[in-house]
Amino acid sequence: MTVLALRARRAWRPGSVTLLVGGVLTAFLVAVALTSLVWTPEDPARMRILQKLKGPLVSGLLGTDHLGRDVASMLMRGAFNSLTVAFAAVAVGAVLGTLAGVAAAARAGFDAVLMRICDALFALPPILSAIMLGALLGPGALTAIIAIGVFMIPVFARVTRGAALQIWARDYIMAARMAGKGTARITLEHVLPNIAGQIIVQVTIQLAMAILTEAGLSFLGLGLPPPAPTWGRMLAEAQTYLLQAPHLALAPGLAIAAAVLGLNLLGDGLAARLDPRRRQAS
Amino acid sequence: MLAIRNLSIAFPGPDGPVRVVDDVSVAVQRGESLGIVGESGSGKSMLSLATIGLLPKSARAAGEILLEGRDILAASERELRGIRGRRIGMIFQEPMTALNPAMTAGQQIAEGIRLHRAVGRAEARAEALRLLDRVRIPDPARRIDSYPHEMSGGQRQRVGIAIALALKPDLLIADEPTTALDVTVQKEILDILDELVADLGLSLILISHDLGVIARSTDRTLVMCRGRAVEEGPTEAVLRRPTAQYTRDLIAALPRRARAGLGGETAGGEPRRVAGGGR
Repeated sequence: MTVLALRARRAWRPGSVTLLVGGVLTAFLVAVALTSLVWTPEDPARMRILQKLKGPLVSGLLGTDHLGRDVASMLMRGAFNSLTVAFAAVAVGAVLGTLAGVAAAARAGFDAVLMRICDALFALPPILSAIMLGALLGPGALTAIIAIGVFMIPVFARVTRGAALQIWARDYIMAARMAGKGTARITLEHVLPNIAGQIIVQVTIQLAMAILTEAGLSFLGLGLPPPAPTWGRMLAEAQTYLLQAPHLALAPGLAIAAAVLGLNLLGDGLAARLDPRRRQAS
Repeated sequence: MLAIRNLSIAFPGPDGPVRVVDDVSVAVQRGESLGIVGESGSGKSMLSLATIGLLPKSARAAGEILLEGRDILAASERELRGIRGRRIGMIFQEPMTALNPAMTAGQQIAEGIRLHRAVGRAEARAEALRLLDRVRIPDPARRIDSYPHEMSGGQRQRVGIAIALALKPDLLIADEPTTALDVTVQKEILDILDELVADLGLSLILISHDLGVIARSTDRTLVMCRGRAVEEGPTEAVLRRPTAQYTRDLIAALPRRARAGLGGETAGGEPRRVAGGGR
C-alpha cells in the first residue's frame, strides 16, 4: 500500500509525462542520427534514376526522391547533419553566452557593456546574418553554425545573468566573500553549480530552435552543401513534386516537427523538475 | 577590539544623499557581546556590513571603523579579504539562503578551513566534524554529508555558525540569527552563541529587533533609530532604566509577559507552574 502510494506520487512529480515523452523522442532522434553513421538502408547519396519518385514501401521504407535516392536513408543522415550543426551552434552560444552572463552578474561594469553588446547581437535575425555570412564565407556548416551560434549568445547571456544575479543576492555568497574568496572563484564554485539546471533547460530548448533555424537555412541553400542530405534541403526539393510525391515533403517535415517537439518537451520537463522552488519544497 | 567612531553611511537618492547611518560611535571589547536593537530600516544591518567592508558599491561611508587599530573603511579589497573571515565571522538571518544548496554541510565548512590554513582534506573534514559537534548538531557524523535541503532550519543555522567558526574569527557578527527560527530552536542557537563568547573569548555583535534576545545574550546594548544611536550602555541598565523615549517605546511595545522577562519594574514574580507542563 505505502509502496504503491509512493510510486503513484513519484509518477506525478512535476513534468513527469512531458519529461518522458520528450526524453524518448530526443533519445530516438539521437539514436537514429548516430546509427546513420554506421548503417543506412541505402547510401543516401546513391542515385537510381529508374527508381525515382517511388512511394513509401514501394522502394524502401519511405520511398525515393526525384533522383531515386532512398528517403529513409537521407532522413537518417539528415538527422545527423542537422543535429551536428544544432549542437555546435548551441555549444558556441551556450559557452560564450554563459560566460558573458556570469561576468555581467559579477561586475556591474561588465554588465552595462556586455548587455548592450547582447542587445546589438539580438537585433540580427539568424537567417539574415547567415545570408550575410554566406556571402562572405560561402555557404556551409561553419556559416550555419556561426550564424545560429552568434544569435544564441544573447539568449544565454540574459538567462544566465538573471539567474546568476539571484544567486549573488544569497547569503552564502556573502559567506563566501567573508571567507575571502574572489569574484572568479565565487562564480565558479557557488554561482555556476546553482544555475546549471537553468542553463541545461535553456540548452535543450535552444537546440530545438537551432534545428528549426538550420532547416530554414538549408531550405534557402545556406546550410551544408549537396550531396550531404539535410532536412531543410529535402523540404526545398520536395516543393517541385508536392502533388506527384507528397511523401517527399511529409517525411522531413514530420522529422523536423518531431525533433523540435521532443526537445521542447524535454526542456519543459527538465524545467519543472529542476525548478528550485519545487525542489526545495521536497 | 572593534571601535566605530562617528560612522555615517549615505546612499545617493533622487533628492540628494540619504543617510542610513548617522554619526554612530560604539566599541566592542574582547570577549564582550554587544547587542544592536532597532526597528527595520534603522541602519543596524548597514552598520554590520560596513564592519566587514561589504557595503554596496553605491554607499558612501565616513568616519572610522577600527579593528584592532586598523581602519576598515580605508583598507584595500586585498587587505579586507584577509580581515574578513579570519578576524570577523558572520552569521545570517535566513538559514535557507545562507548555505549553498549545491554543497554538503561538511564541504562548506571544510572549504573555509582550507582557504585560510594549509591543512589536508582529511584534516579539514575532521575539523568540520568537531565544529558540527561544537554547535551541537544531532548526529554530526551523518549531517556532515547532508545537503542543506535535507536539514531543518535550526540545523542549517548551526551549520551556518560552524562555517563562521571554521575561520577562527575573533569577532562574530550575528544579524538576526534567530528571527527565522521557532522559539525553542531560538533558545538553543542563543545558548550556543553565549557558549562561544564564554569559552572561546569571542566578541559578539548580535543584531536583533527582539529585546528578549538582546536582554538574554548581550553585555552592552546600542539602540538605533533611523540611523542614529539613541542610547548605549550596559544591557541591563538600558532595559531597566531607559533614558531615551524611543527605548521606552520599544519596551512598552512588548507584550506584558515579555516585559516581565526583561526584569523591569513590571515584574510580577515567578511564572506560575502548571502541573505536568513545562520542564
